[in-house]
Amino acid sequence: MSINKIQTRMKEQLPEERRKNFSEVPLGYTKEEALIEASRCLQCLTRPCINGCPVQINIPGFIKAIKEENFEIAIEIIHESDLLPAVTGRVCPQEEQCQVVCIMGKAGEPVGIGRLERFIADWDLERRKKGEVRLPKKAEPRGKKIAVIGSGPAGLSCAVDLIKMGYEVTMFEAFHTSGGVLTYGIPEFRLPKAIVNEEIAFLDKLGVKRIFDYLVGRTSTIEELFKSGFSAIFIGSGAGLPQFMHIPGENLGGIYSANEFLTRVNLMKAYKFPDYDTPIKHGKRVAVIGGGNVAMDSARTALRLGAEHVYLIYRRSREEMPARLEEVIHAEEEGIEFLLLTNPVRYIGNENGLVQQVECLKMKLGEGDVSGRRRPIPIEGSEFKIDIDQAIVAVGTNPNPIIALTTKGLKTGRHGEIWADENGQTSVPGVFAGGDIVTGAATVITAMGAGRNAAKSIERYIKGELT
Amino acid sequence: MFKILKKEELGPGMILMEIEAPYVAKSVEPGQFVIVRVDEKGERIPLTIADFDREFGKITIVFQEIGKTTHLLNSKKEGESIVDVVGPLGNKTEIESFGKVVCIGGGIGVAPIFPIVRKLKSKGNEVISIVGYRSKSYVFWEEKMKRESSNLLIATNDGTYGEKGFVTDILKKVLSSNSDIRRVFTIGPVVMMKAVSDLTRDRKIKTIASLNSLMVCGMGMCGACRVMVGGETKFTCADGPDFDAHVVDFDSLAKRLAVYKEEEKVSFDNWKESEKV
Ligand SMILES: Cc1cc2nc3c(=O)[nH]c(=O)nc-3n(C[C@H](O)[C@H](O)[C@H](O)COP(=O)(O)OP(=O)(O)OC[C@H]3O[C@@H](n4cnc5c(N)ncnc54)[C@H](O)[C@@H]3O)c2cc1C
Ligand SMILES: Cc1cc2nc3c(=O)[nH]c(=O)nc-3n(C[C@H](O)[C@H](O)[C@H](O)COP(=O)(O)OP(=O)(O)OC[C@H]3O[C@@H](n4cnc5c(N)ncnc54)[C@H](O)[C@@H]3O)c2cc1C
Ligand code: SF4
Ligand code: SF4
Ligand code: FES
Repeated sequence: MSINKIQTRMKEQLPEERRKNFSEVPLGYTKEEALIEASRCLQCLTRPCINGCPVQINIPGFIKAIKEENFEIAIEIIHESDLLPAVTGRVCPQEEQCQVVCIMGKAGEPVGIGRLERFIADWDLERRKKGEVRLPKKAEPRGKKIAVIGSGPAGLSCAVDLIKMGYEVTMFEAFHTSGGVLTYGIPEFRLPKAIVNEEIAFLDKLGVKRIFDYLVGRTSTIEELFKSGFSAIFIGSGAGLPQFMHIPGENLGGIYSANEFLTRVNLMKAYKFPDYDTPIKHGKRVAVIGGGNVAMDSARTALRLGAEHVYLIYRRSREEMPARLEEVIHAEEEGIEFLLLTNPVRYIGNENGLVQQVECLKMKLGEGDVSGRRRPIPIEGSEFKIDIDQAIVAVGTNPNPIIALTTKGLKTGRHGEIWADENGQTSVPGVFAGGDIVTGAATVITAMGAGRNAAKSIERYIKGELT
Repeated sequence: MFKILKKEELGPGMILMEIEAPYVAKSVEPGQFVIVRVDEKGERIPLTIADFDREFGKITIVFQEIGKTTHLLNSKKEGESIVDVVGPLGNKTEIESFGKVVCIGGGIGVAPIFPIVRKLKSKGNEVISIVGYRSKSYVFWEEKMKRESSNLLIATNDGTYGEKGFVTDILKKVLSSNSDIRRVFTIGPVVMMKAVSDLTRDRKIKTIASLNSLMVCGMGMCGACRVMVGGETKFTCADGPDFDAHVVDFDSLAKRLAVYKEEEKVSFDNWKESEKV
């Protein structure tokens, strides 16, 4: 039997349907589809895929288990390295990580590793919902309390590991619900909240104490947390400070940071206004600035809120877009209008202070910069205006400074990111950090890896093996 | 859940609530605020902490019924709870021994100015307080304010109590008879804070305004609250809420406050309908 050169397709909602709803776009593999896709893996001896994955999941191992229909073993293998496979299977930039190095990709398409990961994780969630899963064993109670700040992927995975090691874990979250970006940022049509909630319910079952509405740095400081009896602290507070371009008119009404726009819609459910109380402008002609996942999510959300035109304005070309390839394709299929090599220079408003136009410049690509990406250069005299009634700025975020500003001796980097060594240890004894707060905006899987790495270090710290 | 320990009507549509919020009470300082969400479908709204009791773990908020959320909040009774109270948020008001200072509260703004007045006094300042209300029935916390101020001056728009006119009418007189005012603090409607700031600018008296931008997160991660201060974009919740009034762009602040006018009306009309049923 010859092996398929192309990946087994995953069924999706059709573009003309899905652009009107918030339901998930890719629908998942059936068992048969998963078995076909699993059989494409060559079980290579060199296993390059494993090194492509930031947390080094034993990929051929779990795929083999799927192929042999040992689903229980498959999920166990994944769980050794990845606590949120239902999430990472959906949102990892696979085409730059595990799949880019897959041997099958040399003469065709790589194995759909992310899709198989999602399949098996969804199978596991179904099982869990039916109560068919026993909780993992916890070690003997250690009589020590650890605080975890933030409940994004970094905090969640750190908390799970610590509680399994026998520590008492209290998680402090500033918002009224857990999940971090998984909850307030990534939209429902890409990551259903039911999945995130299921993962969080798991945390509760394990006995992690969750405290909400608690902004560390303001409600209490790190120092005060130590005084109240915590032996070590993990900071996973994310990169939540939105950047603006500081161009004229950027504070007009109708102009949002992507964080505000997505938080209103996802966390506060503004798309259900007025049943829910938080309002959002339903723009008809919307400009989204940026080319990453956050920009794609904002553009596709604006479309689903009823926009007639959504312009995605990005200063480089399509190749340089940092977004996941699948999201770029989905956005194009749904009718997002890409204005590439274009950069906004100012916004123009009406007498009520509401945005009406954005003026842009055309760009061309120059030499490669340090990141290897070619630098965009403005083309003189190429100004043009677009009529809009809403703009969403998605040009990046910096770490939130509140904790750094209120913690004596906590070393930070140039953009306010908290400094941590390879063990996740910060410059303050007993304080560990990981995820976007350390790296700047990155990915779910790297944040998760950092959380788990810090949990191991915290154990060593408590035992006196780390100084 | 955060329990409402006490509720009191201070005047028409002006409500005081004491809320059980031990973590907030423990660390709050004058000038800081909380973000409140009344129920699961509720909006997050900022309210200044008007008083606090660290020992009993409670804070006091005073609010004016304006739209849906403040009406919804007022529908809650003593003993009931609201789902979220986050804080204390924002920076504390910078209070030192300045000498002679003026504190100006307009309407509901009298409540948040109170803890500032009290702390200023405890630091040995001579505090002249000027408070303004629409009419006599709106006057509240007169005794409390009098107790903490060296001098309390009251204005009502219709002249039914105190002096007839605006706080700025009184401020003009205070400024001309006192040449040694070191600092002015003002909390109230945007137009009032702007007018105050215009009066003190020429005299070069440093003036601090506590801004009331629309907010979502209250912790610096959304940018909903951005304002122009000295030509730069600032986040009211994280960089403020206190700013040097002389360089605040009050006009753009006022415009941003009106962005959701239509939606607020829809929300409020729905609320009134549901109340009738
Ligand atoms: C719209 C969007 C789309 C994305 N898409 C993808 C994608 O497709 N694939 C991918 O891999 N990555 C994606 N990312 C990036 C990814 O979500 C992040 O890298 C990841 O969530 C970082 O995890 P974290 O745990 O470090 O922080 P976060 O997820 O940001 O969580 C931090 C948590 O800490 C809380 N917090 C902050 N400060 C405090 C404090 N002082 N006290 C208490 N709590 C605090 C916050 O409220 C938040 O809940 C996306 C990000 C966004 C915004
Ligand atoms: C830091 C801060 C502290 C505040 N402290 C207090 C306080 O102690 N007591 C109090 O009564 N109010 C305070 N406010 C204002 C309060 O948040 C608003 O009155 C409230 O959000 C109105 O909600 P609503 O749904 O009832 O009305 P909405 O329907 O949302 O608004 C109705 C109208 O009220 C105006 N409005 C809305 N939000 C604000 C706002 N944030 N500031 C001023 N006007 C607004 C708008 O012009 C709008 O058209 C504070 C605001 C901030 C930013
Ligand atoms: S976690 Fe991400 S990178 Fe690792 S195998 Fe899964 S999809 Fe690939
Ligand atoms: S590189 Fe591809 S084919 Fe080889 S083991 Fe990994 S997933 Fe299978
Ligand atoms: S309210 Fe979100 S940044 Fe200030």
